Amino acid sequence: MPACHHWRGLELGRAEHGVSDMAALWLSRASTQLARRAARRLPAGRGSGEPTTSPWFLGAVPPPALGSTAAVETSRRRGFCSVRRFAGESSAAAATVVDEEPENGFVASDQQAVHFPGGKVSFVAEMNFLPDSMKERINCYRVLDDDGRTISGSRFQEVSKELAVKMYSEMVTLQIMDTIFYEAQRQGRISFYLTSNGEEAINIASAAALSMDDIVLPQYREPGVLLWRGFTLQEFANQCFGNKLDYGKGRQMPIHYGSNRLNYFTVSSPIATQLPHAVGAAYSLKMDKKDACAITYFGDGGTSEGDFHAALNFAAVMEAPVIFFCRNNGWAISTPTTEQFRSDGVVIRGQAYGIRGIRVDGNDALAVYSAVHAAREMAITEGRPILVEALTYRVGHHSTSDDSTKYRPVDEIEHWRTARDPISRYRKWVQGNDWWSDAEESELRSRVRKELLQAIQVAERMPKPPVADLFTDVYDKIPSNLCEQEQLLRDTIMKHPADYPTDVPV
Amino acid sequence: MAAAKALREVARTRRGSWAAVVGRRCLSSGSGGPAAERKEGGGGGAKAVNLFTAVNQALHIALDTDPRAFVFGEDVGFGGVFRCTTGLADRFGKNRVFNTPLCEQGIAGFAIGLAAMGNRAIAEIQFADYIFPAFDQIVNEAAKFRYRSGNEFNCGGLTIRTPYGAVGHGGHYHSQSPEAFFCHVPGLKVVIPRSPREAKGLLLASIRDPNPVVFFEPKWLYRLAVEEVPEEDYMLPLSEAEVIRKGSDITLIGWGAQLAVLKEACEDAAKDGVSCELIDLKTLIPWDKETVEASVKKTGKLLVSHEAPITGGFGAEIAASITERCFQRLEAPVARVCGLDTPFPLVYEPFYMPTKNKVLDAIKSTVNY
Ligand SMILES: Cc1ncc(C[n+]2csc(CCOP(=O)(O)OP(=O)(O)O)c2C)c(N)n1
Ligand SMILES: [Mg+2]
Repeated sequence: MPACHHWRGLELGRAEHGVSDMAALWLSRASTQLARRAARRLPAGRGSGEPTTSPWFLGAVPPPALGSTAAVETSRRRGFCSVRRFAGESSAAAATVVDEEPENGFVASDQQAVHFPGGKVSFVAEMNFLPDSMKERINCYRVLDDDGRTISGSRFQEVSKELAVKMYSEMVTLQIMDTIFYEAQRQGRISFYLTSNGEEAINIASAAALSMDDIVLPQYREPGVLLWRGFTLQEFANQCFGNKLDYGKGRQMPIHYGSNRLNYFTVSSPIATQLPHAVGAAYSLKMDKKDACAITYFGDGGTSEGDFHAALNFAAVMEAPVIFFCRNNGWAISTPTTEQFRSDGVVIRGQAYGIRGIRVDGNDALAVYSAVHAAREMAITEGRPILVEALTYRVGHHSTSDDSTKYRPVDEIEHWRTARDPISRYRKWVQGNDWWSDAEESELRSRVRKELLQAIQVAERMPKPPVADLFTDVYDKIPSNLCEQEQLLRDTIMKHPADYPTDVPV
Repeated sequence: MAAAKALREVARTRRGSWAAVVGRRCLSSGSGGPAAERKEGGGGGAKAVNLFTAVNQALHIALDTDPRAFVFGEDVGFGGVFRCTTGLADRFGKNRVFNTPLCEQGIAGFAIGLAAMGNRAIAEIQFADYIFPAFDQIVNEAAKFRYRSGNEFNCGGLTIRTPYGAVGHGGHYHSQSPEAFFCHVPGLKVVIPRSPREAKGLLLASIRDPNPVVFFEPKWLYRLAVEEVPEEDYMLPLSEAEVIRKGSDITLIGWGAQLAVLKEACEDAAKDGVSCELIDLKTLIPWDKETVEASVKKTGKLLVSHEAPITGGFGAEIAASITERCFQRLEAPVARVCGLDTPFPLVYEPFYMPTKNKVLDAIKSTVNY
């Protein structure tokens, strides 16, 4: 069995640590400066006990007004310590520029260091550029090996038989749902579909580690999270067929699910827009002192949008209990991650924002479950964001509008579809525990299939939402321009009924 | 596949309305039949091609005729999600034709910088619905680059191509027509072609125009509209509207995919004895008021039609300007047949759209005013 696997062309060391190990490792590696910063931002009473003196802490002394002499002085110094040193002056000369008691984090310095907002910065004589990357890629937490056996020494969150079997069943259900809805689109019965093939463990195991009070802000390849929370196959079918029982009232394309009851914000097509929302939602949970966090999902492509930066930075500064869950599946439509970013994936970027993170094998249900479980705990009890990067692969085409064989090798797809399939790996583990049998497997598959076909039949027969719903929800109440337009439309429908679909009640 | 078969056996009691809608859209933008039939004409050949192929031809020519031209955007490397950039990377290399990270503000900002260095930056935004993260770069940067520097700098080599408009099943975020937002920005040009031949000539003109241009492509027509397109390099003038049908009773004006709807309405109106003059505006800013004015002075009536919501749409600007210029000659209020003031809805798309019959009704009531 290989010790690591190739992922987008690079070797990834496999970390065989439990979650707490990982956290400990991270902490011990972090510099004292980082640790101090982390301690300082804990609210009074929870961490150090002392209210912070940093002027940049929320609600503390504001920075000096621009234009005041102090501000001018300070900003001059701020920029110039380092610049002068590059110009060849001695570090001592540069350091002594700062010599008075600060009001803003610029503490009087000694010869070797400057106190700069965020902590002490040491001076060195060498001109050291930070390297563009670390020598080794960040390793990847894993519990189950390729044969579904727990890796010796691996630490993970225990799951009961009941939970384990439920997770497995839901992964299978998601897979069947994808197969049948995909086929329904091919047959022209729904206009669009998009599968989560290959990402079933991410979907189900991450959902299983959350509580129902946690708020989910999805991208679009996470219907399994909603399935886990109790969205029925009928509810999925209603949305895809845009019938009158669809909560979105037939207004959005298929797969744009949402449920207030299940704390699952409605999917929006624009990429990454949900990330800053998640921070706001998390901040609200924190203000309400809820025992809950927000979690937002996004792809590798989504991390390139400005909203990704905005969200991570806000989350760090606001100390929001939010889990950023990146499904790094190697592709954004036809764009491989090598053309998306040159960092070591996504998890590394958390550090630059002051956000703790972990990379996890996204095709290992137990690893995903354990990582999210621990992330949730830290997010809520410590009031902080956590970044999770799950390595996986988009086994299906991007959507029914895409043919991925145009831009990626078929054997790459096949490899991930078979050798790395998260469902069969997890099944081996469940079955290895004697928690699952072949008989139960075929019973489950035929039951889900039957239920789904039934749901599709019902959804397809159900009328569309009425014309009146075209005009509601634009605002809380219908404004006069829309009242007028509704009347005009109704007149037109009366005059030209053949122009309009018969399954939309007028 | 077993699932497929089982599914097929589930009785189909109701036809998905989306399929019905797709079939309903009228298309008569060109003379050509499907696929490539060749006709030998005057100078050089002309082939019947669809709109994405016409765009592709224009991009080939743009890259071929200017070594400082670049084509980039999300997924353009393999040919783009609408196949407009097919073959470009192979022919011109990855330095000139490339995928960008998924970031519209980055695409626009990068394109502005590239253009400001004297290059032709031809950027693609995958859907016009996703142009909004780039709005700041386009509105505050591209549009004002020349003015704010006293022409020390300009980004005139910038062209942003983006597919817009309804497609039958696009819902909120694959259907919008955001042209009016950009028409409110001095310093930009906004161009929208109605057919393959127009698309090729107008795109080449936009790329070579020394001003930043936002070029909206009617995605419904990418495959459906087929007409003969000259194979050679040619440009069609910007800021010149075209009277594409002569008439005497009422002037109809539109752009892009809506022209196909207006054309059909003209034909039906003719059967009822109403003679319509049809104008394709083509360039929305700066727009050709003279052509529209001359037509309205002749007919005394004007109807404007676009897919975007009626309130604050570019039709409002046309109505106001023409009322100013032709007040004495107007015999009826300017009619507007546009999208509704709602987000673009999926199952209600046929209700939302400014259909042929809505246009016909408005023609009749305006003519009989
Ligand atoms: C703002 C925006 N730009 C472009 C698109 C078109 N688009 C839809 S999905 C997608 C790729 C997303 O890739 P990724 O984030 O990796 O998610 P995945 O599909 O792999 O799950 C793109 C470019 C969009 N939906 N929104
Ligand atoms: Mg991806």
